[in-house]
Amino acid sequence: MSASLRSRAHARFVRWALRGKAPEAAPILLEQRRVYVLPTRAGMAFALTLAVIMLGAMNYNLSLGYALAFLLAGLGIVAILHSFRNLVQVSLRPGRCDPVFAGTPATFNLILENARNEQRTSLRLFVGDPDVACTPVEIDVPAQGFAVAALVLPSSRRGWYAFPRTTVETTWPLGWIRAWSYIAPDARCLVYPAPAPKAPPLPWHDESSHGAQRDGRGSDDFSGLRNHQAADPPRHVAWKAVARQEQGPLLTKLFAGSSAQELVFEWEATVALGDIEQRLSMLTRWLLDAEASGMRWGLRLPGTHLAPGHGSAHLAAGLAALALFDHGAS
Amino acid sequence: MARLDRPVSRRQSSWLLAAALASSLPLAAHMPLWLVIATGAAFAWRALLSWRQYRLPPRGLPPVMAIAGSIGVFIEYHTILGRTPGIALLLIFLGLKLLELRSARDAMAIVLLCFFLVLGQFLFSQTIPMALQAAFALIVTTAALLAANDDRPPIRAQLTRAGILLAQAVPLMLLLFLLFPRIEGPLWGLPEDRRSATSGLSDSMAPGSIAQVSQSDAVVFRALFKHPENIPPQAQLYWRGPVMPAFDGRVWRVTQTRAAYAAPPWPARGPATDYELTLEAHGKFWLFALELPALLPADSGLTADYQLLSRQPVRNRMRFEQRALLLASAGREEAPALLREALALPQGGNPRIRAVAEGWRRQHGNDTAAILVAAKEFFNRQLLIYTLNPPLLGKDSVDEFLFDSKRGFCEHFASAFTFALRAAGVPARVVAGYQGGEVNPLDGYLVVRQYDAHAWSEVWLAGQGWVRVDPTAIAAPSRINENVMAALPAGEPLPFLARNDLAWLRELRHRLDAVSNGWNQWVLGYNPQRQRDFLTRLGLDSPDWRSMIAVLAIFSGITLLALTFWILRSRQRSDPALLLWRRFARKLARCGIVWQPWQGPLDFASRAAEKLPGRAAEIREIAHDYAALRYAAKPHESSLLRLKTRIASFKP
Repeated sequence: MSASLRSRAHARFVRWALRGKAPEAAPILLEQRRVYVLPTRAGMAFALTLAVIMLGAMNYNLSLGYALAFLLAGLGIVAILHSFRNLVQVSLRPGRCDPVFAGTPATFNLILENARNEQRTSLRLFVGDPDVACTPVEIDVPAQGFAVAALVLPSSRRGWYAFPRTTVETTWPLGWIRAWSYIAPDARCLVYPAPAPKAPPLPWHDESSHGAQRDGRGSDDFSGLRNHQAADPPRHVAWKAVARQEQGPLLTKLFAGSSAQELVFEWEATVALGDIEQRLSMLTRWLLDAEASGMRWGLRLPGTHLAPGHGSAHLAAGLAALALFDHGAS
Repeated sequence: MARLDRPVSRRQSSWLLAAALASSLPLAAHMPLWLVIATGAAFAWRALLSWRQYRLPPRGLPPVMAIAGSIGVFIEYHTILGRTPGIALLLIFLGLKLLELRSARDAMAIVLLCFFLVLGQFLFSQTIPMALQAAFALIVTTAALLAANDDRPPIRAQLTRAGILLAQAVPLMLLLFLLFPRIEGPLWGLPEDRRSATSGLSDSMAPGSIAQVSQSDAVVFRALFKHPENIPPQAQLYWRGPVMPAFDGRVWRVTQTRAAYAAPPWPARGPATDYELTLEAHGKFWLFALELPALLPADSGLTADYQLLSRQPVRNRMRFEQRALLLASAGREEAPALLREALALPQGGNPRIRAVAEGWRRQHGNDTAAILVAAKEFFNRQLLIYTLNPPLLGKDSVDEFLFDSKRGFCEHFASAFTFALRAAGVPARVVAGYQGGEVNPLDGYLVVRQYDAHAWSEVWLAGQGWVRVDPTAIAAPSRINENVMAALPAGEPLPFLARNDLAWLRELRHRLDAVSNGWNQWVLGYNPQRQRDFLTRLGLDSPDWRSMIAVLAIFSGITLLALTFWILRSRQRSDPALLLWRRFARKLARCGIVWQPWQGPLDFASRAAEKLPGRAAEIREIAHDYAALRYAAKPHESSLLRLKTRIASFKP
């Protein structure tokens, strides 16, 4: 009960701390006002120790005992300032964030910049949300330099994955004091639909296969191998490669070439699957396979039309269209 | 969040071992041997675990050993409370914690234990070397704490950083030390901690007891005279201590243990000498004062026989203002009971001196002054020898000393003289204390050490009151006029510091003593009273704890602000090229061409040039120069100057 109360209070504090400006525009400068400082558990234990030392010094009239207690108290204060200084004035901006397929971890890169002449030591970044399994990243930022913190977060749903609210903290140098700040950078990661695990054949026989020219297949540039699928022409089976291995699947030789055939994937072609997400998964798989086989392909979704093409940019555009299909405002 | 469960690296455990060693080694001398060996074994085990990377002992073992150790401490001290047993327990826990060093939590616990042990060292000694050792232990412990948080920096860097952190803490420490309202301890009882009997005068005097005291060169007290030119001559420096009127044939004893006067019963007339006395703790009630005191320190009183007694035993070094009336005498109208006590003699014994005293009595009758003169003459005639090694005396100690061995130390003289006068019907008593002292030319303090211990007689003469008579002065005037070394025959075993044959050694000794006295006066002796004096001198009238807190708050605020400013000052990158570029961008912004931080200079220039075609060439040149300064491998030094003139002359 108290745990939930505490987490609710914490959530309120975070909301107040960010004061509704999430997501923030880059670069995010951790200025004095947004860096918070509180003692850690070890700091509390130290404070208790200090109190006992003070009592001992009083009871035994130990002048040096007083001096010790006061020196340690001063050390505690200095630790506050150093922890605070270690974090304050760091500036952060989101870096690259490559699209991923749903289910695979998304890597958010945060670039931390340090304008100061001293290194920032042991900054820790993690996502405060307990529902997000995220291993904290601990990095140093060199003097007058930058460092990249790669936060790896699990992705579950296709679409835009907004960078979650993240905590930057440090307990350096003594571990008694924790200085921290919340950031909500304006960064997002595109999550493609997960490719369907079982790959059905490319929809060659579909009437909508736009001018499919089976005989015009590019067979001039060998571009790689992949597992054989039922629809692959037998003359493309890599018999030599199959003969070399004792067991295993048949392999199909892939060719790329200007004369490769063209195929347009239609949203309607997957209607048999029913569920939108499954249909998108299927299309994702087809797009990947088509791209891998080196052919020119196109994509027609309700509201989106991608002319046949080829290459990584084309694939990215296709996958993005699938990822953002029916995705509301974003 | 605070990751107290992260594992401890090999380097971190070595640091913690070093901290444990630094903070516990000085305590070894005060601990029983078995404990030293056991703790040492735990440390060695830890070292082995770190270096060979052995597995830690099973989890169950340390608690069992902790219980065994506690039982051992209980057997040793019959308690586990109090000072020494407490430190013994802490040492055991420290050793065992090192053996179950698994996570950062354990590392923190070890660091805190080390801080406690540094405090423990001060319970035994607070000298300057001890303080230096403690500072060293603190630096190592802080470095170990730093390493526990970040173990990558090398040893030197960790120690340096620890030193810097502690140095930054020093201003606050000084402020708190000076201004934090002090409370005079103890807050609770000190079981077993009562200062073990230190050497020094006791409340009884047997033959040989003062000779034994004078084997020590420990400081008893220091006196700082207000007017250094007015320090009384050596022969007048009689520091009055316990008064012993009761004699049982061998031992003189104190009888008055309760204060009878709250103010000196004699008029404060005649020449006075003001001084401040810093008394070392001696665990007894009496205070020492130059005869006769004109003031009573706080919480003290005078007994009927004019001993200065403190209400509490002197367990801590104390300091008080004094004024001495060197020529005053006391007790002109003395209570008959006291006079009777000052005449009492044990039945029988010492027949020879009794016979001599009878002779004085017959000759001079009731003229006590004449009897006193006769007694002095008699002592002079006997050719007594002042020595630290008198022969042992039998039952009739006074007779044997005066007529047979004729060799004695001051207690023999005082005892025999007092006895003789009593036998002649003159009230007399023995006074113990210190005589003389040595002025340290460096700080002007007169230092009185145990080897200045002395005993003399006090004789009551009708019309004059109590008169001090020092029979030792009759046989060995140099004892009184110079010091004990001058009076003793060569070859007598004296404390090292009492010897005055090596000039350079004396000089060195004076130096050391001045330093140590300064330390005692200003660091160790900084008590509530000195704090009040200090604040009064700062201009605070009648400082109480409220005003102290206020002053403390103001000064700490200032210090904190200064520290904060110092620590948070960030030397912003003042890149001259960037500053120039910003100036350029401001000029263009006035024409509505706004530079965005994400825009590259050349890109921005081409946009600006489109909007200001008239200035296109200039803009391009400036952007080109700036880009070269910014991104070229080795920008030419003159190009900055060129950029400056170009931007200065640029008018959009």
